[in-house]
Amino acid sequence: MRAKTAENLDIAEETRIKPMTMNFGPQHPAAHGVLRLVLEMEGEIVERADPHIGLLHRGTEKLIEHKTYTQALPYFDRLDYVCPMNQEHAFALAVEKLLGITVPKRGQYIRVLFCEVGRVLNHLLSLTTFALDVGAITPSLWGFEEREKGMEIYERVSGARMHANYFRPGGVARDMPAGLTDDILEWCDSVEGYMNDLNTLFTGNRIFKQRTVDIGVVSKDEALDWGFSGPMLRGSGVAWDLRKSQPYDSYEDFDFDIPIGKTGDCYARYLVRVAEVFESIKIMKQAIENMPDGPVKTDDRKVCPPPRAEMKSSMEAMIHHFKLYTEGFHVPAGETYTAVEAPKGEFGVYLVSDGTNKPYRCRIRAPGFAHLQAFDFMSKGHQLADAVSIIGSLDIVFGEIDR
Amino acid sequence: MNNFLRSFLLFEIVKGFALTLKYMFFVPRVTVNYPYEKGPISPRFRGQHALRRYPNGEERCIGCKLCEAICPALAITIEVEPREDGSRRTTKYDIDMTKCIYCGLCEEACPVDAIVEGPNFEYATETREELFYNKEKLLDNGDRWEAQLASNLAADAPYR
Repeated sequence: MRAKTAENLDIAEETRIKPMTMNFGPQHPAAHGVLRLVLEMEGEIVERADPHIGLLHRGTEKLIEHKTYTQALPYFDRLDYVCPMNQEHAFALAVEKLLGITVPKRGQYIRVLFCEVGRVLNHLLSLTTFALDVGAITPSLWGFEEREKGMEIYERVSGARMHANYFRPGGVARDMPAGLTDDILEWCDSVEGYMNDLNTLFTGNRIFKQRTVDIGVVSKDEALDWGFSGPMLRGSGVAWDLRKSQPYDSYEDFDFDIPIGKTGDCYARYLVRVAEVFESIKIMKQAIENMPDGPVKTDDRKVCPPPRAEMKSSMEAMIHHFKLYTEGFHVPAGETYTAVEAPKGEFGVYLVSDGTNKPYRCRIRAPGFAHLQAFDFMSKGHQLADAVSIIGSLDIVFGEIDR
Repeated sequence: MNNFLRSFLLFEIVKGFALTLKYMFFVPRVTVNYPYEKGPISPRFRGQHALRRYPNGEERCIGCKLCEAICPALAITIEVEPREDGSRRTTKYDIDMTKCIYCGLCEEACPVDAIVEGPNFEYATETREELFYNKEKLLDNGDRWEAQLASNLAADAPYR
């Protein structure tokens, strides 16, 4: 330290405090994974927020270029590990589009059903950790009970609680086990019960409102300019949902509403997510009620492996089985951008095929990435504690941002 | 006036506390006392790998290397040679459990139901080396879990 002398003492200089640079995360519990934020603070006020990402980068896109289409699928589970099947859906749809095959109706309905299970799982996690971020621990303790039940449903259908590897190009891996639909219906009711409890605890609660209302306001135009999608966009009042605007699989058969928020603040995004859970439950119930019979995957033997019983008795099926599990299937040359409405927003896969059995390029558009880049302008001028609630309402998961 | 009263008397907060008290006293316990109680798992569960045998004790694996080919994580290494009696069997079947991503593709690919992912998930070890499974370890797993593996495969057979 330089000794202070009368000459260099400047009162104005002395009292002005340099903005303090503060590291937030990557080990901070409210950083939702491995987000490292470099915050420039003017006292308690955030002047500038600089998210540093890449701590969970695994090179998924590059790895996929060296895997056959079947092998590439499990990587999608590991992007947004909160709702794995929704990611798989985007990849499966992209491959199907290039192959020009259609999925049987039952396969489509099962996919819709499990996409909505995934959406509920995601929103249960997102809402409860948001609550945790603003200081309430009870919702997460209760919510994770429901989430665990939902993951049991995942486990029963695919064999794994999280990394399902269930949706395949051409359908789903195997049919649902008997009796699962009844349990899903039961789970729908218990989630509904939990959401009502959450509403009682939270929606009118003044403490929660103080932490969220008018925090991180995003106007309609800003939301569109920053490439928002999903609940973030709908929270700002734009009625945009890919399930409605460009229905994929059988979403056009389902009757559901798009909840939108009015104010574009954290509270509006919370309300949109709560309403979306109820809409998802509506879709799940319709999917189970109208579930058609029939095959769950396409019978194109050049894409989908034959049933095991057939494989063990028919030579041709055996050859197909061996071909599919070694070389995989060839996808005609072409490119496609296919997007699905993942719980966090528009999850897109830009797939370029050069006619071989491996993708030439697979670019993944993760919604969380677009949302995180807006964090700077959303948190500017807010207090440090509000930055935490903004992160909570962004619903970011680092698996998909860092890829 | 009604709103004013509600807000003044902390109505929503009292309601919230009533709800938490209800949970505290009237909702049954949902946690599981883990090492003694376990959550349910389905026949499709993908846990620790095992190599199965036929009922007469002959190992099922014929060394076709489909599992090695499909494994996205390149966790499986196989070497094959004909045995003295002329049948094709593996001389080396290694799975690196630290690489494995438990996607279940090896199980799907296996034409003779030899490699399976069983119901066991409690195989954590203290050293990394213990997770490099060789053929002996995998066959041992298969012998240990055979009853459950067979019933799980039978339960799931109609869907595969």
